[in-house]
Amino acid sequence: MSELSSNAKKVIEEHLGRYPSKQAVTLPALHVVQEEKGCVSRKAISEIADILELSPAQINDTLSFYGFFRTEEDPLGKKRVWICRSLPCMLRGGDELLAELCSRWNIQPGQTTADGEVTLELAECLGACDGAPCMLVDDELTLCVTADDVEKQVRGGA
Amino acid sequence: MSNEDFKPVLLARQGKPNSHTLETYKADGGYQALAKALAMKNTEVIDVVKASGLRGRGGAGFPTGLKWTFLPKDVSGPIYLCINGDESEPGTFNNRVLIEQDPHQVLEGIVISSFATRTTTAYFYLRYEYGRCYRVLKDAIDEMYANNLLGKNILGSGYDLDVHLHRGACAYICGEETGLIESLEGKRAWPRIKPPFPAIEGAFRRPTVVNNVETMACIPHIINHGAEWFMSMGVPKDPNNPRDAGSYGPKLYCISGHVNKPGLVELPMGISARDLIDKHAGGVWKGRKAKAVVPGGISMGFMSEKELDTPLDFAGPGRVGCLGLGTAAVVVIDDHTSMVDVLYNACRFFAHESCGQCTPCREGTAWSTKILERIRDGRGKLSDIDLLLEISGSMGTIPGTTICGLADGAAWPMKNAIHKFRPEFEEYIKSGRRSESPALAGAH
Repeated sequence: MSELSSNAKKVIEEHLGRYPSKQAVTLPALHVVQEEKGCVSRKAISEIADILELSPAQINDTLSFYGFFRTEEDPLGKKRVWICRSLPCMLRGGDELLAELCSRWNIQPGQTTADGEVTLELAECLGACDGAPCMLVDDELTLCVTADDVEKQVRGGA
Repeated sequence: MSNEDFKPVLLARQGKPNSHTLETYKADGGYQALAKALAMKNTEVIDVVKASGLRGRGGAGFPTGLKWTFLPKDVSGPIYLCINGDESEPGTFNNRVLIEQDPHQVLEGIVISSFATRTTTAYFYLRYEYGRCYRVLKDAIDEMYANNLLGKNILGSGYDLDVHLHRGACAYICGEETGLIESLEGKRAWPRIKPPFPAIEGAFRRPTVVNNVETMACIPHIINHGAEWFMSMGVPKDPNNPRDAGSYGPKLYCISGHVNKPGLVELPMGISARDLIDKHAGGVWKGRKAKAVVPGGISMGFMSEKELDTPLDFAGPGRVGCLGLGTAAVVVIDDHTSMVDVLYNACRFFAHESCGQCTPCREGTAWSTKILERIRDGRGKLSDIDLLLEISGSMGTIPGTTICGLADGAAWPMKNAIHKFRPEFEEYIKSGRRSESPALAGAH
């Protein structure tokens, strides 16, 4: 059975027409797979490579460069929460916010809560320094957050 | 033009209801510049942009029109325009606001710039974290195709253009123009050795221009109001410096850190950091004083309190030992904050974001972070200060040891922090104290 969903294959197919090389569809392909499955498995890498006429090693080379993608050994929780630690957020409590969430959820940055609900990540500048400290949930920014705000938004209540 | 008379140009439509839609953009005069440009020769459009003195807003400040003229004259086959929306420099958020609030202003600039550079396919490289921007742009591009502003024969001119959105994957190095190109091509974002510059051999080995989002937003206004109007704002070139290209036009200044009102402010180029903080950001928070100010994103280094009257134009920060204006992202650090903690934060950022291709950067950023960790842990040595300086002087394109400028950006906060705040580092090390928090005291 195919690891890539029919939707993933359709998205990859649509992107092929946009670039003069098939390799350029690597990031769009990795994104659609990770959005659907929470990780990019070895089998998915191999199937993407087949479609893009590359070696799986080339796909894996790109995947491993961007800390963004996860393999099947280390899948994401249902939600992915990034807390910014760069200078503007640090000056307004970003590091303390991250430390507080680690302690409340009993995990380290990069890990997922035991119930599989939330993956906590540290982020470098998220581009929302006007609302420091800020967080990103999946790909939506929230400005000026406290640990209680984060819990409310991602765990449905403090 | 004085700052008091200045009316926002790029932020003029901020906060209006539905400012992101084609309908409201057109009602405010949108896409008239495009119609005007399409009735000109593409070389005439380049001439106007060149004459305006517009310099790239992404950090390096290279003259935009001049960059376009580096494309080969007689070329068969495609030329590409890449829009750099990988905004990741700590302190910088102007592209995010521009895109979310007024995407058509940016897109109109992209169509005009594509026409000027004879591009028929443009790639908009957008950092993944800007999901809202992605959705806003996707809708705006759909509106454009439906209204003959993209696709075949745009506005009956015979000119064809496609714009494709391309999402990044959370890597700062993709903001370096050849790192961006490699990433677009589906590879690890390792910057390329230059030359060849992208204008000769860029995306997919074709002539390519890479331009920043704010730069694109300036283009429709230059076409509408002319080069002289653009040059009526900002700081003229220094007649005694033949290499100074001037600092013309409006500029978006991002203000963050220890101020009462962080935010985005548009002003003519050249306001001082002090005026920006006091008149436009409500002053330093909690009644405190500024100790240090980042003039344009962390890679530009630090100004001390006594340097705050420096004009924030392309030449100003360099005169006080900073790397440059960068992205004009001003980060204010108050006098309760330890510069050891601040420098540790900066070094940690660059160690995290170094792509690892060049040894001096990969090792220099990692070891400087370790040395600062040691100092913060109360185990620093006085000789560490000179060691940090030695590392900062050994990495980057300025000493000539790396392929791209990320290492210069990593080195500058180290150089400035130590040169301008050395007694604080010495005192910290001699005291043997340990940093009180993961970040710093006084954050709350």
